[in-house]
Amino acid sequence: MERTLASAPVIEFRDVAYVLPNGKPLLSELNLKVQRGETLVLLGRSGSGKTTTLKLINRLLAPSGGEVLVNGASTVVTDVIRLRRSIGYVIQDVGLFPHFNVERNIGLVPRIEGWEAERIHNRVEELLQLVGLEAKIAERYPHQLSGGQRQRVGVARALAADPAILLMDEPFGALDALTRDELQREFLSLKQRLNKTVVFVTHDLREALRLASRIALMDAGRLITVLPPEEFVRSGDPLVAAYVRSFADGCDLVANRGAS
Amino acid sequence: MNLYHFFVENHEQVVELSLEHLWLVGISTLIAVLIGIPLGILSARRPVWNRPVLGTANIIQTIPSLALFGFLLPVPWIGERADRLAILALTLYALLPVIRNTYTGIRSVDPAVIEAGRGMGLTGRQLLLQVELPLALSVILSGIRVAVVISVGLATIAAAIGAGGLGEFIFRGLAMVNNQLILAGAIPAAVLALTADFGLGWLEKRLRPR
Repeated sequence: MERTLASAPVIEFRDVAYVLPNGKPLLSELNLKVQRGETLVLLGRSGSGKTTTLKLINRLLAPSGGEVLVNGASTVVTDVIRLRRSIGYVIQDVGLFPHFNVERNIGLVPRIEGWEAERIHNRVEELLQLVGLEAKIAERYPHQLSGGQRQRVGVARALAADPAILLMDEPFGALDALTRDELQREFLSLKQRLNKTVVFVTHDLREALRLASRIALMDAGRLITVLPPEEFVRSGDPLVAAYVRSFADGCDLVANRGAS
Repeated sequence: MNLYHFFVENHEQVVELSLEHLWLVGISTLIAVLIGIPLGILSARRPVWNRPVLGTANIIQTIPSLALFGFLLPVPWIGERADRLAILALTLYALLPVIRNTYTGIRSVDPAVIEAGRGMGLTGRQLLLQVELPLALSVILSGIRVAVVISVGLATIAAAIGAGGLGEFIFRGLAMVNNQLILAGAIPAAVLALTADFGLGWLEKRLRPR
């Protein structure tokens, strides 16, 4: 197990740069490996390049330099539609299709992939249960759901075709603190059961400490460091230390994490 | 003789001209929709096309209708028959609201929805047919509604070039200084416009995404 972890990264960034058409660089010299089954959290303030990094993985963006490998193949040579369908994608604004009910939202990719109606129906039921929603919600439309329910449906939709990789861009950022806490807890239990490889973007250190196997701190388009949470809070790196200090409240969690 | 008696006595002609009127409006709107929606999609998808397409449609809109009939008269095949000429002119006028609303409808789809769709691996075509167009439908329909209402009014002028329709009564009334005759054309035209406006408005509301 340990050996396969070390030898085959699921996602790999090799000297990746991303420059906007107007010449503004958003990302430079990015080298990063994501191992199978881990939750890698991209942490950093707004504009640090976290989301850009995430979008390079499912090729919503193509690198301007270097290459991004997913399962060993460069994202620019793989069929982009196949690539995206093999990667679950969850964003802060959820982006549920307002004209589809929950069942059709979750079942869209399976339907496009040609699954039979009954299999889709069963899969939707299974997924709703998995994300902690009642089956009857399947008939509702997005505008009839609460923020927390909507994001749960968003996660269920991303998991529909059982992708091995899950990309999450501040998925809980727009939720109130209690709902966020609840969803984070469910994320952890879900993660344990499903063992997906997750890349998770957040600017919230507490969230990062709670969910991450490793935290990658980004600043101004550069990767500063990648460390497990316990080491992250103790790091001497000035940028890391500054980030940790600014989250004074994070200390309790750190202590908890250290104790366990 | 009052207006009521006129309608009773001439009901056959009123119906005939109304149907002619409807035909002119219906055909031209249909053609405008078939051309306008793809052009609207094109300008929403390829920003380079946006200005030339909408700009041209805008310019056409500013040409006075009688002048447009005049311009189109020498066009081969089209100029040979008055109804062809009228249909082409009405189509050209109907294009702008259809194109503009298709463009606006597609552009106003929530970017998060588009991003989620692309991220899930929908192809451009799937995104268009399953997400963008259904969500833009009520806005597109409201463009078609505007086009129909404009066309019903404009089509009365088609009678000036002999294309028929309710304008016949109006022009005849104008020539004979007969207000009743003018109203005999104007009232059914107004009823047509209001009915279309109401009917399409109702449909639009039903299709509006929540």
